[in-house]
Amino acid sequence: MAAIDATRHRIDPPLERIPEVGRIPAGSPIEARLEKIWETAPGWRGWLSTVDHKTIGVRYLVTAFLFLVIGGIEALFLRIQLAGPDMAFLTPEQYNQLFTMHGVTMIFLYALPVLSGFSNYLWPLLLGSRDMAFPRLNALSYWIFLFAGLFMYISFPLGQAPNAGWFNYVPFSGPVYNTGPNIDVFALGMVLLGISTTVGSVNFVVTLFRMRAPGMTINRVPILVWGTLTASVANLFAIPAVSLAFFLLWLDRQIGAHFFDVANNGQPLLWQHLFWIFGHPWVYVVVLPAMGIVSDALPTFCRRPLVGYTAVALATMATMLLGFGVWVHHMFATGLPTVALSIFGAASMVISIPSAVAVFAWIATIWLGKPVFKTPFLFFAGFVALFIIGGMSGVMTAAVPLDWQLNETYFIVAHLHYVLLGINVFPVVGAIYYWFPKFTGRMMSEKLGKWSFWTMFIGFNAGFFPMHIAGLLGMPRRIYTYPSRMGWDEVNLITTVGSFIFAVGVLIFLVNVVLSLKRGTRAGANPWDAPTLEWAVSSPPPAYNFATIPTIASRHPLWEGRIEGEKEHTRTRLEEGYLLMRGRETLGTSPIDAKPVVILKMPEDSYTPFLVGLFVSLLFVGLLLHSWTFTALMAALSCAALSVWMWPRRNLGQRTARHDPASARRGGKGP
Amino acid sequence: MKASKSGFDSRPAIKNLRFRITLLAPSMVAARPSEAADTLSTPLNYFLHSYGPAATPVMHLGWLMTALLSAITLIVILLLVIAIVRKRSSADSGMIGAESGGLKWVYIGTGISTFILAGLTVHFLTVLNAVAKPTETPVLTLTVTGYDWWWNIEYEHGDPAKRFVTANEIHIPVGRPVLLKLKSADVIHAFWVPVLAGKTQMIPGLVNQKWIQADVPGIYAGQCAQFCGAAHAHMNLEVIAESDRDFEKWQEAQRRTAFPVSEHNEHGYKLFMDRCGGCHAVRGTEAEGLHGPDLTHLNSRGRIAAGLLTNTPDHLMEWITRAQYFKPGARMPSIALSDSEASALASYLSTLD
Repeated sequence: MAAIDATRHRIDPPLERIPEVGRIPAGSPIEARLEKIWETAPGWRGWLSTVDHKTIGVRYLVTAFLFLVIGGIEALFLRIQLAGPDMAFLTPEQYNQLFTMHGVTMIFLYALPVLSGFSNYLWPLLLGSRDMAFPRLNALSYWIFLFAGLFMYISFPLGQAPNAGWFNYVPFSGPVYNTGPNIDVFALGMVLLGISTTVGSVNFVVTLFRMRAPGMTINRVPILVWGTLTASVANLFAIPAVSLAFFLLWLDRQIGAHFFDVANNGQPLLWQHLFWIFGHPWVYVVVLPAMGIVSDALPTFCRRPLVGYTAVALATMATMLLGFGVWVHHMFATGLPTVALSIFGAASMVISIPSAVAVFAWIATIWLGKPVFKTPFLFFAGFVALFIIGGMSGVMTAAVPLDWQLNETYFIVAHLHYVLLGINVFPVVGAIYYWFPKFTGRMMSEKLGKWSFWTMFIGFNAGFFPMHIAGLLGMPRRIYTYPSRMGWDEVNLITTVGSFIFAVGVLIFLVNVVLSLKRGTRAGANPWDAPTLEWAVSSPPPAYNFATIPTIASRHPLWEGRIEGEKEHTRTRLEEGYLLMRGRETLGTSPIDAKPVVILKMPEDSYTPFLVGLFVSLLFVGLLLHSWTFTALMAALSCAALSVWMWPRRNLGQRTARHDPASARRGGKGP
Repeated sequence: MKASKSGFDSRPAIKNLRFRITLLAPSMVAARPSEAADTLSTPLNYFLHSYGPAATPVMHLGWLMTALLSAITLIVILLLVIAIVRKRSSADSGMIGAESGGLKWVYIGTGISTFILAGLTVHFLTVLNAVAKPTETPVLTLTVTGYDWWWNIEYEHGDPAKRFVTANEIHIPVGRPVLLKLKSADVIHAFWVPVLAGKTQMIPGLVNQKWIQADVPGIYAGQCAQFCGAAHAHMNLEVIAESDRDFEKWQEAQRRTAFPVSEHNEHGYKLFMDRCGGCHAVRGTEAEGLHGPDLTHLNSRGRIAAGLLTNTPDHLMEWITRAQYFKPGARMPSIALSDSEASALASYLSTLD
């Protein structure tokens, strides 16, 4: 294997210090040194101060799953109430709070965070980096997410949970018709959550463009990365709309502003525009990374690379761009002019085309491959089926006059659960089965895995397919009860039974996770014989991810030399690369062609993200309680903690002169 | 299965008063037996039933899209299943399939999808155009205002003396387009009588327009279709389509003021003015309240409490005394009445024909 010529990669401006190139044999003392540099302190100190993307990723996953379970239990309560006509299991107010919190939880506290979890954990490993671009921002993003979730949930035991639906239309959520603190909790919680999502998104965008291993050009990044990248860019444009909307609502409610108040020339329709300009892209934010998971993991089980990589990557971006143009399709019934409806209806049809690209690419991948029927494959194949059904019902809602009937009925409930459960939960559960060995070093039980898949798949379809029928029979959404003789009794009973079967499936999955943590068979570095870079490191990965930064030469570095018809191979270098170990260092590369540009000095662990997150969250508690002194105090503490965070540190500076011979000597053995 | 002592228990009471079959009037059952038999069980079913030109093209669009998209779904899922189970030649386990190839799937699949989507788009735009406006000028203009949780209906007329107000029940002449101006008095509601037309939101500060037309006489069920609070589930209405003659007769009746008070119900009248007149109006009396439904011809309506109960004297008194039990959060309070007060009030209300 030829040695890497470090200078070959030099571009302007050149690296200030040209790092040594070399190998680090497994078990060498250099690894121990790297471990020491990157490891997190033990005990509670490390727990609060860690900025390790893997720890944060796992935290995101675990927290999001807790919220999934809570949101699921809420759904089961709703389904008990709707199991038959004229049930009196819940009061209308309880029902309204439960369906609101179910939506809020699943959309904001499960669906996006769980994908952030995967991306946080996997991105640096997939990209051949040692961490995300801004590790502390990453930690902050998690803490604020956690606190925002707790903030919204504390309202529940107090009986003051949000009760106006996750869409929270004014004026019902305004000061006149909703006098309790319920909506303030939601409004403030959403602004808080917006901070978390925004800093997280900034981190993903910069990580993609600057943190890829040399040679991982933009056309070699995994589709998951494309999915999270486009979702993050979308977040940066969409979150301001919703944060603004909720902030305006809060002003309306607290200081008597009149943004949405008709009596003072406010405009309730403004809310719907602001909310859906955010809300529609958000639908894609919570499915594109999940589709990326499938695009990356399905080929492993098909024993061939994904068909149409470029087409799928472009489809991902096209979906996101179009996603911004179709928010009005949530507002077809608001009395907008027919011309506007025609344009947005047609645009909503167009958005199905990129989805078709992805679906046919997956089917072709399975068709042309030699599938291995492991549990993750079942979940991914099941996902493709659900995606097709959810996509087709979506096409029906794009047809404006038909949507005038379908909208606000159970048909939409069916559609959105096929889309969100089908396109988010199935890939996510499949992905847990897939990456569990990477996360924990142990395999999950295949036997329980297959049970969990079939129970979930059957329960899901039994539960949600009849909702289409209920919708066509005219059953409106968000009604807490219905009389018999409407023709809805049977479908609702079947739905309720199905939802419980689905819940049993989720339970089997969770049992599998818990059992496999202790008893799962040991997994090697690459138990699935997968092609992507995260499988090149041990399971679980070392704190520093890669001893040397690898050099990438293809989309499937671990399959090089084994793909039929591929002549050139062994171009990717995994063992040999830049030796970076003067403190926490990783390589910064150029945005498109991933040429090494800079040695990045990564920050040490720090309490400041936790403290900033805590104080900012308490600031919101102060706002909720109208305790202005407390709010001011927390604002001051937040600023203080931020100052400590931002204080310039000498050890992060690039102060080394070029061609420092001393560093070359310390840097390790050359080739 | 039916459970829980806690909370709002509407069951036993409502159960007795179970919803009357709402879609078609008994007379129509005789006239159109086969359709009536289907619709009786699903009064809001817009997928198999439509009774007007604003709904029928949409129903056909729904059939077309359902059939076409179901067929496509089945074909694509079939492809997926075949892709999974089809036999493969046992190959060298160490080798991985080639990266190239398979793009034909994407080209053909996406090409066909695009073609079908384009066709559907043209078609639904045509349907949209067809149902957006009636072909003839509407003969009647109504203003429907959504309240928490009932509907106020004003019949407009060039002659102010001929205007009148009613609630929760819309009468229209059969076979004629009727223009609806949709408003809201509080939060966002949506007007939806599925077998006559799709839904339209009623947004405070805006006046949305829609039109309906019923080609067949009958009673058509409607329901608020935008979440509007605690009793959203109990915000129903009925549209009654009748012949021109019946409709004119009904209008004439509605335009009359209430019957004058006679001696034997004077006590009930006074009670009504004291306890009810602040919120409810009865034309021709001192009751001019605007917070609740106009009760001038209360007894002409089939249902009370926005469709929750059939309009019988017993239900009426039950509603008055236990309104908060039936519709928690409604502006109508539960009114405590002694037996003598109740019978006096009932006696007066029975004159509101």
